Amino acid sequence: MADPTSTLREIGTELKPAPPGHEHGSLTAWIQDLVFTVDHKKLGFLYIGAAWLFFVLGGIMALLIRTQIAVPNNHLLDGETFNGTITMHGTTMIFFFAMMMVFGLINFIVPLQIGARDMAFPRLNAFSFWATFFGGVFLFLSYIFGPGLYGMGAAPDASWFALAPLTSRAFSPGNNIDFWSLGLLVSGVGSITGGVNVMVTIFCYRTKGMTLYRMPLFTWLSLVTMFLIIMFMPPLSAAQIMLVLERFFGAKFFEAQAGGSPVLWQHFFWIFGHPEVYILVLPAFGVISEVVPVFSRKPIFGYPMMVAATVMIGFISAGVWAHHMFTIGMDSFSVTFFAFATFVIAIPTGIKIFNWLGTMYGGKIRLEVPMLFCIAFLFQFLIAGLTGIMLGCAPFDWQLNDSYFVIAHFHYVIVGGIVFAVFSGFYYWFPKATGRMLDKRLGTWHFWVFTLGFHLTFDPQHFLGFLGMPRRIYTYQEGRGWEFLNMLSTIGAFLQAVGAILFIVNMISSARKGKIAGDDPWDAWTLEWMTSSPPPEYNFEQLPEVRSRRPLWDLKHPEDPDWKFE
Amino acid sequence: MLNHLYSRYSLATRGSGRGWLLAGFTVATFVGFLSLAPVARAQDSTIRAIQNIFDPLSAPAETLYNVSLLVMAVCGVIFLIVGGLLTYAIIRYRHRGPEDDQEEPPQVYGSAAIELAWTVPPILIVVMLVLVTARTIGEIQHHQMPAAAEEIRIIGHRFWWEVRYPKHDVVTANEIHVPLSSRTNRVPTEMILESADVIHGFWVPQLNGKTMLVPNYRNTMWIEPYATGIYLGNCTVLCGPQHANMLIRVIVDKPDVYQKWLESQKQPPVSDPQTVEGQKQFIANSCGTCHTIDGVRGANGVFAPDLTHFASRTTLGSGVAPNDEQNLRIWVQDPQRLKQGCLMPDMQLSDNQVDAIVAYLRTLK
Repeated sequence: MADPTSTLREIGTELKPAPPGHEHGSLTAWIQDLVFTVDHKKLGFLYIGAAWLFFVLGGIMALLIRTQIAVPNNHLLDGETFNGTITMHGTTMIFFFAMMMVFGLINFIVPLQIGARDMAFPRLNAFSFWATFFGGVFLFLSYIFGPGLYGMGAAPDASWFALAPLTSRAFSPGNNIDFWSLGLLVSGVGSITGGVNVMVTIFCYRTKGMTLYRMPLFTWLSLVTMFLIIMFMPPLSAAQIMLVLERFFGAKFFEAQAGGSPVLWQHFFWIFGHPEVYILVLPAFGVISEVVPVFSRKPIFGYPMMVAATVMIGFISAGVWAHHMFTIGMDSFSVTFFAFATFVIAIPTGIKIFNWLGTMYGGKIRLEVPMLFCIAFLFQFLIAGLTGIMLGCAPFDWQLNDSYFVIAHFHYVIVGGIVFAVFSGFYYWFPKATGRMLDKRLGTWHFWVFTLGFHLTFDPQHFLGFLGMPRRIYTYQEGRGWEFLNMLSTIGAFLQAVGAILFIVNMISSARKGKIAGDDPWDAWTLEWMTSSPPPEYNFEQLPEVRSRRPLWDLKHPEDPDWKFE
Repeated sequence: MLNHLYSRYSLATRGSGRGWLLAGFTVATFVGFLSLAPVARAQDSTIRAIQNIFDPLSAPAETLYNVSLLVMAVCGVIFLIVGGLLTYAIIRYRHRGPEDDQEEPPQVYGSAAIELAWTVPPILIVVMLVLVTARTIGEIQHHQMPAAAEEIRIIGHRFWWEVRYPKHDVVTANEIHVPLSSRTNRVPTEMILESADVIHGFWVPQLNGKTMLVPNYRNTMWIEPYATGIYLGNCTVLCGPQHANMLIRVIVDKPDVYQKWLESQKQPPVSDPQTVEGQKQFIANSCGTCHTIDGVRGANGVFAPDLTHFASRTTLGSGVAPNDEQNLRIWVQDPQRLKQGCLMPDMQLSDNQVDAIVAYLRTLK
């Protein structure tokens, strides 16, 4: 009997979705190829393409939000529309931009980095993508079908954490909340199956010689991310199922009037919600851990500590969720415990920042566009971490919670951290994926415009929080000291939009007529740079064998290979 | 040691903020004596619209302010050190031209000693922060209320606040009067926070941090204001389309003014014979199904603000507009024009009915 894994591998690689009768290059063939593909690289493209689509949609909503609150007493949006817009902005950006982007990058990079021919379960991979994508499309269908029989607001409008009991039939009679919960339920299934798939791939499909201890950091961080997904998406799915039961079948989990507990929803949501931050940020850390060494021309400083810190973050992230609920009226012991756990998570995060610093120290830092985004990431993530400590200090949080300071903090994490890392990863791996370099001049413009816009948008929001501006208000009166800062923030948002447009222009023009990249344009060290750009469907002609963490360094420097020192 | 460090810190901040306050009080008292006013001084109508959390005017807010200064100082120092090192590394070790391409820099894989050196200080900082945090949490949450403390029940409704004074049998809405406290004669106010529908959040930054009002739960918080005036605040938890206009006004009165206010609120509502028609219309158009006016038959609803002393309030619709005749007319005619999405419907009243009801409501001092 044949070895089952090898059979799987063959199915994965030899399924060629080119049915007879289709000429290569025709539009229908192209679409058919995308729809039926089980290739991890094409699915990665699909994930990333869908993620950018949702990014644009969510970005338009962000601009609407910022325009509405640029000046006091604005009447562009009414309260209901505004609530719908913030809900859709948050949900789209977290679940359908960031999550899909993370999966897209992992899908494309991880099998290449570990020297595999494809994911462990290529068909499941396609299923994961289409389930997640369908969830997103379903969510947006609420704009068409959400009003239901009652004529209530079109989009789900209970905020992206769907605060029960606002989601109960009594307060949200239309169907919009159902689009939200079912859409996330379906996309959650996609995420969980995707998580299993990546995990199995990393555990079972590493090439010869690649022990866990020699795995590239991006792959390591993806692995921990997948553990978090498998552990913490199910609580969200469970909560969605409870919500569906409540709304359709009269269950009373969260409805206070019937004896349920709205606090229970928040526990469910944040048990998922906080690890979710790490689900998104660990792959971002992974990108940084690839880019910083390559552009500093040094191996990552303290690899074992980096891995240990990641695993530690994964564990601790399970025990901090209630710091989102410091103002809900917890007893002082719980408040203290969660404040403690929150502070503790700063330690491994600090170790990571120090290790990146240690990597750059003594190197020869090439300030290419990926590295520019990395550097901005390091400063912004440092600030995000420190404002996180401020928020973790429960007494300070009683002032800051649910204010614009929180908005500023988590946008520093998600935009200043994750989006910047994604940009960095894009400039880094785009040559591998397409065979062409992203234009450096446009890229530098993109970097400066976006960074300036980012700071103009989110720096003032810290101060709005200090001045008592609560989040999620669609209007405010004059004289509260918020006018100027809000205006600045709105200008910054539009500047970010300009930056994003520059990026899109760069992607489109460079994909068509960018400089030819070659196999290894950055002189990098991990396996994905060993194969051609773009990689063939089977990834490697011959599966490589590795003896250290930097197999390409060993090839390029046979006189001074890494494996002598590890 | 840590306690010592912390208290020294709070003393230092006390010097700056409280000194001015003390001076202010002294001057105010002096001026007060000079005027020799025989009647109770009027309510202080200074509107404290800019609610800076670093300008606390109440005991718990001050405690939060002190700990926040410490945390910010720690974070600031960390930022300067790490940010400085990053900047230094980037400038010092940047790629300086083609000669740098000749050979790779020395390949350093790590160092256990250095790792240890940058792991231990963060641990120590965390220990210190945890102790200070725990201490402050206890200070606020286990605060013993003196017997003289005032007690207020605040019940969040979709887009307005029900305010009850159980010790005095007074019910009002949206504008919360509380007594002034001082460092010598402490009169804190305990607030019992409940909700009638969804979750709301109560936040007046200069008085205290925020606390959620959760249906089926009974949360408490306390304030102890040191300065009179009208403090503005907001609902902080999304509660529906008019979350933004669920505004809070806390009116801090000197004790005698406060007592006078309580007395006035205990009086039965005025029954001016000229506005009998308005009262009739009020009942006939079923306003009383939701609103209460003490002693008026048919006006005992509990879904909407108590209107017994409506005209004594300075705003309507939970702070959405000043309570003047023009706004009240608009409000009675169609509340959705001032506060789209609030739960009070357009009752399709004729102009005469609106006139009568407005005239009646404006007598309810």
